Amino acid sequence: MVGGLIIYGLVNSFVLALIAMGFSVTFGISRVSNFAYGAVFILSGYVIWMLLNWFRLPYALAVVSTILLSGAFGHAFYYVALLRVRGMPLSEVVATFALGVGLLELFRWLGFVTYEFSLPPFKKGYISVLGFPLDYQRLFIILGGIALLGFLYLFTHHTRLGLAFRGIAQNERTAISLGINSDKTAAWSVAFGCMFATVAAAFVLPLGIISVNTGYEALLIAIAIGVVGGLESITGIVLASIVLGFVQVIVSYFLSPAWTMVIYLLTIIVILTFMPSGLLGKLKELEERV
Amino acid sequence: MRRKERIDRGIKVRSDDIYAIASYREMLYLLLPRLTPVIALLILPLITQFCKAYYYEKVAVLSCIIGLLALSWDYMASVGLFSLGQAFFFGTGAYFSAYAHLKYGLHPIFAMVIATVAGALFCTAILAPVLRLRGVYFSIITLALPLFFTRIIEATKILGGTEGLTGLMPISNRWAEVYIPIVSFLTALFAFRRIINSDYGLVIQAIRDNDRAVLASGLNVQLYKAQCVFVASIASCFAGAFMAHFYQAVGLSAFALDYSLMPLTSAILGGVGTFAGPAIGAFVIVPLSETLRTLGTLRVVVYAVLLFVAVIALPEGIFPYIRRKYQQVERIVEV
Amino acid sequence: MDYLLTVERLTKSFGGVMAVWDVSFKVQKGQLVGIIGPNGAGKTTLINLITGFVKPDKGKVIFKGEDITGLSPYKIAQKGIARSFQVVRPFLHLPSYKNLIIPLYSKRVKALRGGKYGDRDLVALDLLEDVGFEKDSSVPYKVASSLPHGYLKRLELARCLALRPELLILDELFSGMSMSEVAATMPIIEKLKEGGMTIIMVEHRLRELFRIADTVIVLNFGEKIAEGRPSEIIENELVKAAYLGAESA
Ligand SMILES: Nc1ncnc2c1ncn2[C@@H]1O[C@H](COP(=O)(O)OP(=O)(O)O)[C@@H](O)[C@H]1O
Ligand SMILES: [Mg+2]
Repeated sequence: MVGGLIIYGLVNSFVLALIAMGFSVTFGISRVSNFAYGAVFILSGYVIWMLLNWFRLPYALAVVSTILLSGAFGHAFYYVALLRVRGMPLSEVVATFALGVGLLELFRWLGFVTYEFSLPPFKKGYISVLGFPLDYQRLFIILGGIALLGFLYLFTHHTRLGLAFRGIAQNERTAISLGINSDKTAAWSVAFGCMFATVAAAFVLPLGIISVNTGYEALLIAIAIGVVGGLESITGIVLASIVLGFVQVIVSYFLSPAWTMVIYLLTIIVILTFMPSGLLGKLKELEERV
Repeated sequence: MRRKERIDRGIKVRSDDIYAIASYREMLYLLLPRLTPVIALLILPLITQFCKAYYYEKVAVLSCIIGLLALSWDYMASVGLFSLGQAFFFGTGAYFSAYAHLKYGLHPIFAMVIATVAGALFCTAILAPVLRLRGVYFSIITLALPLFFTRIIEATKILGGTEGLTGLMPISNRWAEVYIPIVSFLTALFAFRRIINSDYGLVIQAIRDNDRAVLASGLNVQLYKAQCVFVASIASCFAGAFMAHFYQAVGLSAFALDYSLMPLTSAILGGVGTFAGPAIGAFVIVPLSETLRTLGTLRVVVYAVLLFVAVIALPEGIFPYIRRKYQQVERIVEV
Repeated sequence: MDYLLTVERLTKSFGGVMAVWDVSFKVQKGQLVGIIGPNGAGKTTLINLITGFVKPDKGKVIFKGEDITGLSPYKIAQKGIARSFQVVRPFLHLPSYKNLIIPLYSKRVKALRGGKYGDRDLVALDLLEDVGFEKDSSVPYKVASSLPHGYLKRLELARCLALRPELLILDELFSGMSMSEVAATMPIIEKLKEGGMTIIMVEHRLRELFRIADTVIVLNFGEKIAEGRPSEIIENELVKAAYLGAESA
């Protein structure tokens, strides 16, 4: 039983990490909190589904095209809307929130709510780990999660764009004076967040059905992980995902799955009360700058 | 070349907050825009009752309730806390009132009062840890809270679970049922405006502008923020408590997105920071939403689009626009 | 000797950066202490540590014999330490004189003024006149967002004075001011000093600072590398090296 808890806890942690990464990436770079994140996540699922079922594209091609579309969408969203309200936190929040709700509810109204809307796993079947069956999709989630986290780390630490991102995150004014274009990086940050959402959707959604409510749930998860982890450090995301991922599995096992949200909320409140900037957040210290 | 010129109208001696009133006309000039909507709202129920236009009465009540939520939103916004989850306060008030009423057999009115105060305390306590943080944390948490509480009620099956609590006693008096929301809406409107124009209100706005300068001036910023959340929660929880008895039932829909989105849209559309704006906004949004009832869930999309357009393209809002038109004459001049 | 403020071995690091390292000094009543150092030397952080905006890793701050280390900023302000901010951000939506209502509203000022509060607007206008806002003009009534930078700096000074502090800490008050604005502001500081106010000034304008300071403390990479009378500091080789080295770099 312990083995099972560990395996499923791990899988679950990676699911959470995958979902949460994009939100934190955008926030960490440009301080834009993209409340349309859950919508992008779910819409990605629908788009992949359409490409698969309506246009009969091969799976891999459908996913890659959707990732590109998602990046383009992020860019467009930044330049059409966010750019006009940049620096006004209220307007940023409201604009992304309105867009997210609008898109999700539009799809609900269009009738994208039935069981036919689900993605097939990348590969059917399962292997056995420690005597527990682990299906390939869940295995891919672990591998994909590791790959993506690694990519994120390398990217932010070793590429020009990544370093520019970090520059902006640390001090926008200095970064600008060093010739880093803050609009361009901010647009990329939103686009990146959206692309991460799509990747996460491709990995995670085959586990269940694509539903509008999952969109809200994804946003909640991203928020919970972000808040607990400190909203910008990669290690923070990993730690928070592990904490909440295992909490979720253990609670489902010993109590009932319905209780997980209760524990989520409690965890968040406890963490915020005792560690106001999250487990690993530098946010507070950075904001303290006078 | 021609250019539009704007000239202040009316009152001659006009410093920041002291009006030297010279004549009848100037009195009217000041009072009319304040009195007309108040009187209109107060006599509306008389007309609707007389004409048996109960549908319009219901729309008016609903507008007042959403108006209360929007005012409460604006009050928190004046200290720099932007809520994305007015439904949290609304639902809390509704459930507290229903529970107090069913469990302890309190009279609806009494249950509403208790629920308002207890609910506001509860909301403030839940939000207290977040108040220490700046930036979007508050928005993030308020967005999540109604969803979390929905789940919690579903999971723990407390408070009637997914079924909700039913069989509440209505507020038995027809007049009370209409006038309670109207009067509390107007009270909140004028009380909030008054508070924000007082010195206490200056402190509140200063916290929004620069909280560290307020700290450095020897004021306990956290305490002020908590007070703001409490006062705002009173308005919202009351709205929820009232609706519980108005519908004679409370369900998970009390935490629904509508109750977050409608006040938010009202406030942004009406003009943030003016109180009159969100109040007007509610009287635009609710009737609109009632006319769109046939659209079903597409209504939510309509609010979202309105909200999106308002925030991107109409940053000013309805009320500041009207105010400008009222206070200034515009004319085209040759330059 | 009666010290108003004692700073004992204050230390603070941010991640890997030692912003302030083992800094101690004492300030007597009525003294004007200057703090200088290249950019990033830790001057602002030191002020943040004293005024409670940043909690120290180690060390103590003692004000009037009372340990105030780690108290929250508003409590420290209420005890009588006023500080200005290097980057001024006034309450932009409010008229200048209303900006001063905020400190006047605090418990400290209300108590000091014997519970009088009704005349606050006049007090605010007087304070603004003291820092050189023309009284009979419209300047004090203008919204803060419309004022030029020099005025904002002096508004910030007035905000500090409104608190009726016993210790006034000014973080680069003169930076961003024009020559004539500095010349106009100097007498205000001198007058405060004559009135017995204890002042700590972080400054980059050394000439002005050295003229009025009793003691100067030099920080470099978070460490105190020298302390003494202005004339001694000018001669100090270590200071020259640190300062000029950093400036010319
Ligand atoms: N809140 C903070 N978070 C991280 N690093 C900080 C913070 N405040 C200051 N620092 C760092 O501490 C050092 C000292 O900064 P500061 O006190 O502002 O110097 P000064 O005021 O002398 O120019 C700098 O290297 C700065 O980057
Ligand atoms: Mg500094």
